[in-house]
Amino acid sequence: MRRYSAFAIAREAARYHSGWERAWASPEPKSEYDVIIVGAGGHGLATAYYLGKNFGITNVAIIEKGWLGGGNTGRNTTIIRSNYLQDPSAAIYEKARSLYETMSQDLNYNVMFSPRGVMMLAQTEHEIRGYQRTAHANALQGVATEFIGPEKVKELCPIIELKGPRYPVLGALWQPRGGTARHDAVAWGYARACSDMGMHIIQKCEVTGVHQDNGTVTGVETTKGRIGCKKLGMVVAGNASALAGMAGFRLPLESVALQALVSEPIKPCMDVVVMANTVHGYLSQSDKGEMVIGGGTDGFNNYTQRGSFHHIEETVRALVETFPMISRLKMLRQWGGIVDVTGDRSPIIGTTPLGNTFINCGWGTGGFKAIPGSGWAFAETIAKGTPGELAAPFGMDRFIEGRFIDESVAAGVAH
Amino acid sequence: MLILTCPNCGIAADETELSAGGEAHLTRFGAGSSDADFEGYLFMRKNTRGVHFERWRHSYGCGKWFHAARCTTTLEVFGTYPAQTTEPPAELIEKIKQKRPEFEGFSK
Ligand SMILES: Cc1cc2nc3c(=O)[nH]c(=O)nc-3n(C[C@H](O)[C@H](O)[C@H](O)COP(=O)(O)OP(=O)(O)OC[C@H]3O[C@@H](n4cnc5c(N)ncnc54)[C@H](O)[C@@H]3O)c2cc1C
Ligand SMILES: [Zn+2]
Repeated sequence: MRRYSAFAIAREAARYHSGWERAWASPEPKSEYDVIIVGAGGHGLATAYYLGKNFGITNVAIIEKGWLGGGNTGRNTTIIRSNYLQDPSAAIYEKARSLYETMSQDLNYNVMFSPRGVMMLAQTEHEIRGYQRTAHANALQGVATEFIGPEKVKELCPIIELKGPRYPVLGALWQPRGGTARHDAVAWGYARACSDMGMHIIQKCEVTGVHQDNGTVTGVETTKGRIGCKKLGMVVAGNASALAGMAGFRLPLESVALQALVSEPIKPCMDVVVMANTVHGYLSQSDKGEMVIGGGTDGFNNYTQRGSFHHIEETVRALVETFPMISRLKMLRQWGGIVDVTGDRSPIIGTTPLGNTFINCGWGTGGFKAIPGSGWAFAETIAKGTPGELAAPFGMDRFIEGRFIDESVAAGVAH
Repeated sequence: MLILTCPNCGIAADETELSAGGEAHLTRFGAGSSDADFEGYLFMRKNTRGVHFERWRHSYGCGKWFHAARCTTTLEVFGTYPAQTTEPPAELIEKIKQKRPEFEGFSK
């Protein structure tokens, strides 16, 4: 792989950009791999990357039914933060956030990580207490956050209306090292690095069945034929139940639509991310100048990648209340993704009832921020056959044991 | 917009008047059941891609619960039926099979 650098840009500029290589190869599948990862979203690609980087396992195929990064990884509002309450969540999300800090250098790919700061508004007395508690928990967990008052909120985000008609802004939980990154670039950067290690990324190839022998996986059936494997990693987000069904087990989750929209591009007016959880509005400004808006989920099971219009209305109403200056903006695009929401709103990483088969799902509405940490922890789980410290609390067995990680991590909202 | 006809009051209600109640026809396990049965009842879901039987409540209408059969990959509604039953009516299953030859019928 030729490295990207300032020198490479100068070199290519001098020869009409004729020397850029393809970022990743598109090989035909082999008959068998040591590990097959199903799903080339951020979590699947990061898993493959750390299998190679941390464990030297490179005889790996990543099988994707559409195009890589075309699932939720390319559809989210890219908010990155790690200010969670429970210790297992803080550990894995903070691991992810810290890996984001050096991801561009590590992958030699500009993922445009922008630690511009994330604030979660407190708009009820209950939220003030909740966020103060989180700030104390974060101090113990080594996650830098702070509870700030309304004046500081206004100073950090001048376009906000503090004295809204329904819910005045009473304060905020502020994580200065949270922010955003370019979602496609995260998928592309990992894909390029995986391909460079000799892994096969096989796009437009749907897994339609799981082969097993005596309770252990032996391969998958795909639209490009049967492909064998010694170990299988399932990382298909909203389609997790369907894939698990092929392997003969059920999951404690449901798939619902979550929507987002962006406005026409405008001049820079906001250099932080604001989340208003009470009124369900999430706002940040992309580098292109669009205002990026996250909405809420629909209540019913859905696989269509489009959501209900009345949720868009609700979201926009809430945002106009909080940021009156956006009331005349035109919206450019709106889209939906299918998110996998578990019973306790926390993700699942671990073993499954089928031998040598591992699952990573349930990130729901909030898994973009987790991509590197989740890949790191899941690669360890696959390589060693049992989860390590980061992944262990997220096993599926927590539902039968009643050992929930009750976080509302993926709670019905985009974040 | 999703529109379901409430079998209780007969109104064709759009989704802003309705609340989704999740997978229908779950067997309820309570105190004294095995851990696995209790977990299954509380958390495990079919989450079907395709024909899905589900509970709805006409919350901003008559307030009553009912059932619906709906396709989760197209949002086509096959029909609605009363809440007082443990499985979908046979005529509805027949109707769905005619539209979807691959549909194998209702199972728990
Ligand atoms: C509108 C919206 C806003 C969001 N906002 C945020 C946010 O601000 N911050 C945040 O942290 N998170 C956010 N999220 C959540 C985040 O996008 C997801 O948690 C994350 O991207 C999941 O990544 P993934 O790799 O697990 O899944 P995906 O990116 O969905 O990848 C799964 C892949 O598996 C493939 N696949 C499925 N079935 C098969 C099969 N049978 N065979 C082969 N391939 C298959 C799919 O095509 C897909 O490409 C948001 C989500 C949405 C929809
Ligand atoms: Zn009614």
